[in-house]
Amino acid sequence: MTDLPEATQRKMGLVIDLDTCVGCHACVVSCKGWNTENYGAPLSDQDPYGADPSGTFLNRVHSYEVQPESGAAQLVHFPKSCLHCEDAPCVTVCPTGASYKRVEDGIVLVNESDCIGCGLCAWACPYGAREMDAAEGVMKKCTLCVDRIYNENLPEVDRVPACVRTCPAGARHFGDLGDPQSDVSRLVEARGGMDLMPEQGTKPVNKYLPPRPKDRTEPVGPGEIDILAPLLKPVAEEPRGFVGWLDKMLEKI
Amino acid sequence: MHPAPSVIVFTTLSGLGFGLLFWLGLGMPASEGWVAAVFFAIAFALSVGGLLASTFHLGHPERAVKAFSQWRSSWLSREGICAVAALSVMGLYAALVVLFGVRLSVLGWLGAALSAGTVFTTSMIYAQLRTVPRWNTALTPALFLALSLGGGALLAGQVSLAPWFLTAAAALQVAWWVRGDKALLQSGTDMASATGLGEIGTVRAFEPPHTGNNYLLREFVHVVGRKHAVKLRAIALSLGYMVPVLVLVLPFSHLMALLAVIAHVAGVAASRWLFFAEAEHVVGLYYGKR
Repeated sequence: MTDLPEATQRKMGLVIDLDTCVGCHACVVSCKGWNTENYGAPLSDQDPYGADPSGTFLNRVHSYEVQPESGAAQLVHFPKSCLHCEDAPCVTVCPTGASYKRVEDGIVLVNESDCIGCGLCAWACPYGAREMDAAEGVMKKCTLCVDRIYNENLPEVDRVPACVRTCPAGARHFGDLGDPQSDVSRLVEARGGMDLMPEQGTKPVNKYLPPRPKDRTEPVGPGEIDILAPLLKPVAEEPRGFVGWLDKMLEKI
Repeated sequence: MHPAPSVIVFTTLSGLGFGLLFWLGLGMPASEGWVAAVFFAIAFALSVGGLLASTFHLGHPERAVKAFSQWRSSWLSREGICAVAALSVMGLYAALVVLFGVRLSVLGWLGAALSAGTVFTTSMIYAQLRTVPRWNTALTPALFLALSLGGGALLAGQVSLAPWFLTAAAALQVAWWVRGDKALLQSGTDMASATGLGEIGTVRAFEPPHTGNNYLLREFVHVVGRKHAVKLRAIALSLGYMVPVLVLVLPFSHLMALLAVIAHVAGVAASRWLFFAEAEHVVGLYYGKR
């Protein structure tokens, strides 16, 4: 049944640090790489080497410019995938029962053999987390790498979602957000983790950590290119010692 | 939202078909024999044709039967059940009337209620979506029902009733448009709440995730045709509502009635096209496209 569970035993999800994300898109690539050859139908591409390429992705990184009232604008890289909402509207609208939320860990999944590809779940999702695969005709979404996190064939260090495992900046964290003592919950508490579109009433499990205020920068003086310029000066203006001798000799040749 | 032709054809034709079935179920007109057969044939052709058109946009239509299972939570599932129940009950009712000249009024009333229920459940598929503020209102089912019953009355030749329903539908249509134009702004969802970055300053989309197109942009960020919205609204209002009402108050002729029906269908199709093309899905905010 596509009724949502009253409560889930755990709330597995991601915490994404907007302060740390460098916008490298490595999570996008690793997500596509893992999920195109594991759980469910592959993530197809259409016209991948042609003039109008497009494809199915479960994770995409946006970039936003935020302009404060005064001072310099800030660029924020913004990875977005399924938020595994507690009150997931995509689940209740499904006519076939293909979409469901797991009681044991709260992961929202699609049973692809029941999916008729009507697309209504994608309509109901405010975050654009679901994409219809153009080749397969079924709905694809983030599985929280359900085929990695419990996979005893993998080394323990790899039993996290592919995006978390690959992030070179450590901007993605995985854990149980239903347990207030878990690392991710304490991170959310300490950094003021937030919900996206809280007014939509979806109660997302995934949280976003807002960017910290940037350090003050000293005003750049006239004639200086950059505040870092003094640090970039050559350490020795005139070569001395052996290098100085070599320099002189080479000049004479 | 992307105005998929299959969905526009479906909601326009099946709305009209179920509207006609509603009046036939009430015995209005209480015709018999060949006349009744023609009325029922038109009603079933429109409603069944519309339902078939709706399966064209499915990725896996062969699994459509599974869609009857989730009536407890899903309006789409309820719509499927309501439609099949309405068609079965009205099919039996029609067979009894046409073949045996027997009119089981209770069966007809049940069929009429199920037919109206089908239109209501269809409208709730759209009205339930908080992600599309323009649709997320009680005015949506009201408009769909008024249009379906008005168009059905027009087809059923209910000359005295149809103008009232069509006028009410026109008023609802205008109210729906006026509300809809402010709906996204009033929903409280904007780029600040979408990104959570509004606390810092004004948010502007700097770079999309990919340089190319994707499913989300194709399906939800349709912007073509907005510039013609006012013209299309005028066409929808005049063809869909005014022309039929005008024809109905004039002395009756079959040719004029046919013209009224054609104008009505064209007007409703224009209105339905706008229903999708003008609808702003909040996911567009992530792409800075609102």
